[in-house]
Amino acid sequence: MSQITHEPPDRQLLTLEVNGEAHEVLVESRRTLVDVLRHDLGLTGTHVGCEHGICGACTVLIDGAPARACLTFAAQAEGSAVETVESLDGGGGGSAPGRRLSDLQQAFTEHHALQCGFCTPGFLMLAEGHLAEQPAPSREEIREVVAANLCRCTGYQTIVDAIEDCAARRRAATSEEGPCN
Amino acid sequence: MKPAPFTYHRARDLDGATRLLVELEAREEDPKVLAGGQSLVAMMNFRLARPAHLVDIGRLDCLRGIHTDADGALHLGALTTHHQVERAPAELLGRGHAVLRDAMRWVGHLPIRTRGTVGGSLAHADATAEWCLLATLLDAELVVHGGGGRRRVPAAEFFLGYYTTALGADELLTEVVFPREAPHAALTEFAQRHGDFATVAAAVDLELAADGRTVCGGRVALGGVAALPVRVPEAEAVLARGDTAGDALFAACGQAAAEAVDPPSDDAGSAGYRRRLARTLVVQACEEAFAR
Repeated sequence: MSQITHEPPDRQLLTLEVNGEAHEVLVESRRTLVDVLRHDLGLTGTHVGCEHGICGACTVLIDGAPARACLTFAAQAEGSAVETVESLDGGGGGSAPGRRLSDLQQAFTEHHALQCGFCTPGFLMLAEGHLAEQPAPSREEIREVVAANLCRCTGYQTIVDAIEDCAARRRAATSEEGPCN
Repeated sequence: MKPAPFTYHRARDLDGATRLLVELEAREEDPKVLAGGQSLVAMMNFRLARPAHLVDIGRLDCLRGIHTDADGALHLGALTTHHQVERAPAELLGRGHAVLRDAMRWVGHLPIRTRGTVGGSLAHADATAEWCLLATLLDAELVVHGGGGRRRVPAAEFFLGYYTTALGADELLTEVVFPREAPHAALTEFAQRHGDFATVAAAVDLELAADGRTVCGGRVALGGVAALPVRVPEAEAVLARGDTAGDALFAACGQAAAEAVDPPSDDAGSAGYRRRLARTLVVQACEEAFAR
């Protein structure tokens, strides 16, 4: 009879910067970023859909750029700044009930850009990443970008409306402030 | 699904990475290089790939970046992301290489392009991948480091078949070099869903005479019609006839390409369907290349 040996799994002690806070985790090397966020850090706002990069439910920002947290091992994210949907904040304080939606979340609500909401965290982070790079996107550009993620409820029109509206409001707010104020 | 267990190694420098690959390969430990992971991690999650060791080269910043050398050749570091090429300013990536920038919109979606790398795509060698097609079209050279030192492999000798390249298991792709400008080149493709791997992809590089209207030569490359991206000499012969650019010439070029290839049949399309796509896409690529 052959002897069965169980090698201990390869693990990594990682320091991950998530939403501006440093977290230390000891996880198996094969742990993806999305699983560390959800299971080790308890940040369940980031959703898991397909686990092969098609659906976009797990989209987070890595160093400001939208990325698939299911296609990134947590070890790869060490040394980078990770932002999840929990980072979106419209003020009102912490995680208390008084905390308000961010302007983008508010726009999603106003435009009915979600129904079941499963894909929404991914769309929000995708949009934040794109607007950070392109504050004045055309409607066509927004359509191209949101094609990255799957939504089976809305038909996308309202998501495009919400992102377009939020971008326009941000631009209006910036120009009112003016460069010298 | 979740990936199978593996041992993770983070490379600190290029020599360390190649030494580790040589060592693991010598022990038959089945190492695999991890760059952006946008193909590899998906395959590992599906358990289509189960490497025992991953060598993560993501921190080797020396492999990142775009520059043009004194001879006018464009160098892309292996870890340069698709998105960096897509957003490269004109002083880094001029008009002569604009085809590379414009082709990036076909690579997956934005969150894939921000992580996926040029070198990773070439080393993965999907037969429909944009970088493999561009490298084949434009005679790129791939710079490889390994136990045997450094070597440059022409694209024509790099791709060997489905997901198969001339890279040794103990070798690392560090750079791709596009030796010359291609101001009248274009890539186009068709996929059943936006952002998917192409069913067929076509790329054309036209040589125009001084009058700007006469086509005096050119190159035609297709992806998705064979186990690796292929040049199509029959279609290139049509471009070399010295005809005036226009519908008649481009249609003849597309027809020659469709007749020359012997594509596979699978879920994405039958051989006949792919042949018709090849014809249509070559014509489109010719038109776009000429319009530049």
